[in-house]
Amino acid sequence: MPHSQLRIVIVGHVDHGKSTLIGRLLNDTGSLPDGKVEQVREMSRKRGMPFEWAFVMDALQAERDQGITIDTTQIHFKTKQRPYVIIDAPGHTEFLKNMVTGASQADAALLVIDADEGALEQSRRHAFLLHLLGVRQVAVVVNKMDKVEFSSRRYEVVAQEIKDYLAELGLQPKAVIPVSARNGDNIVSRSEQSDWYLGPTVIEQLDAFRPQQTSPDQPLRFPLQDVYKPDDRRILAGRIESGRLRVGDTLHFSPTGASAKVVSIEAWNHPETVLSAQAGQSIGITLDKRIFAERGHIAHHQSDAPTLAHRLSVRLFWLVSDPLVVGKTYTLKIATAEHRVTVEQVTAVINVEDLSSTPGKAVRRNEVAEVVLRSRSPIALDLASDLPRTGRGALIDGNDVVGGCLVVEIEDSAAANITEVSHTVSLEERAQSNGHKGGVIWLTGLSGAGKSTLAMALERALFDRGWQTFVLDGDNVRNGLNAGLGFSADDRAENIRRVAETAKLFADAGMVVIASLISPLKADRARARVIGGERFHEVHVAANLATCEERDPKGLYKKARAGEIAEFTGISAPYEAPDQPELVIDTDALSRSEALAQLLDYVDETLGKNSLKSEKELTYVI
Amino acid sequence: MSADLDQLENQSIYILREAYNRIDKLAMLWSIGKDSNALLWLCRKAFFGRIPFPVVQLDTAMELPEVYEFRDRITKEWDLDLKVEQCPPEEEMDQTLPPLTRAAARKTEGLKNLLRDHAYQGVMVGIRRDEQATRAKERVFSPRSLEGDWDVKDQPAEFWDHYKTRFPEGVHVRIHPLLAWTELDIWRYSQREGIPIVPLYFAKDGKRYRSLGEKNITFPVDSTASTIDEIIAELQVTRIPERAGRAMDNESEDSFERLRSVGYM
Repeated sequence: MPHSQLRIVIVGHVDHGKSTLIGRLLNDTGSLPDGKVEQVREMSRKRGMPFEWAFVMDALQAERDQGITIDTTQIHFKTKQRPYVIIDAPGHTEFLKNMVTGASQADAALLVIDADEGALEQSRRHAFLLHLLGVRQVAVVVNKMDKVEFSSRRYEVVAQEIKDYLAELGLQPKAVIPVSARNGDNIVSRSEQSDWYLGPTVIEQLDAFRPQQTSPDQPLRFPLQDVYKPDDRRILAGRIESGRLRVGDTLHFSPTGASAKVVSIEAWNHPETVLSAQAGQSIGITLDKRIFAERGHIAHHQSDAPTLAHRLSVRLFWLVSDPLVVGKTYTLKIATAEHRVTVEQVTAVINVEDLSSTPGKAVRRNEVAEVVLRSRSPIALDLASDLPRTGRGALIDGNDVVGGCLVVEIEDSAAANITEVSHTVSLEERAQSNGHKGGVIWLTGLSGAGKSTLAMALERALFDRGWQTFVLDGDNVRNGLNAGLGFSADDRAENIRRVAETAKLFADAGMVVIASLISPLKADRARARVIGGERFHEVHVAANLATCEERDPKGLYKKARAGEIAEFTGISAPYEAPDQPELVIDTDALSRSEALAQLLDYVDETLGKNSLKSEKELTYVI
Repeated sequence: MSADLDQLENQSIYILREAYNRIDKLAMLWSIGKDSNALLWLCRKAFFGRIPFPVVQLDTAMELPEVYEFRDRITKEWDLDLKVEQCPPEEEMDQTLPPLTRAAARKTEGLKNLLRDHAYQGVMVGIRRDEQATRAKERVFSPRSLEGDWDVKDQPAEFWDHYKTRFPEGVHVRIHPLLAWTELDIWRYSQREGIPIVPLYFAKDGKRYRSLGEKNITFPVDSTASTIDEIIAELQVTRIPERAGRAMDNESEDSFERLRSVGYM
């Protein structure tokens, strides 16, 4: 017998007999521990009820009193074929989040429908959720056939109705099985009362389901969970969600665009060297160079990159009483990445009864809807239909997971830009006319390191040479472009994003933009680099904290030391120095003019006349 | 063939890494039993040999001597950051609890003291869904109030490996990386990996401990299984529940549930 267990979820309307079916399955496959049947008999007798199979599952006191299942429970049983774990999902509307919790883990589902009542609202809602949660293997159990005297006509009506509904969701049930869970008909053995039914019994159908497979042949998606430094190794840890990676592969990381080669796949207590790993494996790798890579970044191969999007359409289910509303901002978590997204539009609220839809302004608890989300930062993702694990996510509000969603449409940021821009003047023409290329010189460093001084000196020097140039100063833009922003982490990130976007526009117009911002966080600068693309040049204006504090041109260090400024970089907030800037200027060691000369050399070399010579071979993508 | 063990291992490592990344102050409870030994092993795999948080034993001074010997040996060999938390005496427990359940409740109080004194925000616990019906209802990331209370009726949604990792002040989270494992899985994995096992699990004079607890409230069960192979063979046919030798579970219909709702592991 294979050990590999199949996870099944049993869903359906309240009182259609899910728990009874489970009690039956456990008993009829000989999976109940000794004494359990006697215990259930005693529990039933105490409550003045006939023998109640549902009590097998309803182990909690509260449930026995209410007579309904409260939370998703996992129970193990075995057939001759293999072991199973049943996830019992509650049918009561208010317990939807438990149903989602249970069903999302399943390989296959049984949808239980009362033969007498037929598919009710919850039966349909659960079927819809199975489809949303990605459970593709479904069988329908038409229960309580004893109540309709095993009428084949009644069975046909119920079966056809649910088949039609599932077909609209793109689901085809593997079987529709008439049973009486209470009496054990068509559970393990074929019932004489339904000689008109030729399909499988419940057990036969379970054994026919297949475990969910992850295919190593899909494009590689390796989202990072964490970076560990257990010794002199720097290990990028995570789980491969699809595809395969090998030692020696060149990996690209989204959304930063960084790339590096895999040197090793690290393993503890593993005598042989690991040379490749595939979907489903939790691994750690080391790279041939130090790149900026952190939790949330997705590694992939160059040829099959995820899409970078700012705007996406999702199909979502909403779990909490506070409705989702247009204009509100939530956190979207896809794989391990988290992004702030704002609801731009509720395109359609879906009526699960008949699958009709209406546009709306809000999505309420237990509703499913199609919604357009917009993100400030680029999100690396896939369509759920292509790669489910990087094409779906959870929505978080405050401390709580409030909904889940599948990505159904993506507006590709890169593609969108190409269609937007139809300038008749090309970048190359601008460069030839100006005698230099456009670019973003991003000066980062502590307050007092000399960024502003250097920026203004560079602007003067370039201008005097006839260059098109302009300084975007962190403090200056706060008076206009970014006047509405404060100093929260979100606002600081947004401040940097806007400067980066503005700088990019100037650079597109052919200018050399000198952006001078402390920009202390690697992640924020990485986003600026993504925005600026290949025209982005990171320059670390480096000086010791002590030097900066001594210079203190704006008197800010004094105030920070006195506790008058909260979260001041270098004093009460971290400065994360760049790992691989294009240039480091050490203003401790260099005089002002030496520092300027070094910067000028770099700008001249990368953007000046000489850089234009090979221009003809370069293709520009705006 | 043990593709299913690989899958369980990968999933547990994923959970451990999520916990370590998302939860600020973390500790792992080590009961010295087979499950938490396997969990320690998985931590070493997840973090490449070094466990980056303390390992805590809630001690009632009532464990069997073999357990203490094992603890001290493994702590040294694996270079664990072990913290031993002494649990308060039985007299201080809720006297309305049945006597054996009261003895077990000492660990709950020990855990509360630990959380209060060290301000841990997350505690990893090696419980499994198939052990006991109330444990079957657990989440992988399961929030508790300051008192350790578990609100089984209002648990967070947990899907597609997105766990609840943000909490208001005063709430701690239990992390259960072994929830999806079965007793049989643990034994097969221990055998495959060569994980050290307290010898009390192996039969001596026709009895062995199937579930290891304090000597006053845990009893060995009838068995002749004296190797892991024999234990695996025994488990494949047995219909006796794992915690049959845990006296407190069987004291009254709801004693384990009462223990858990106020914070037992």
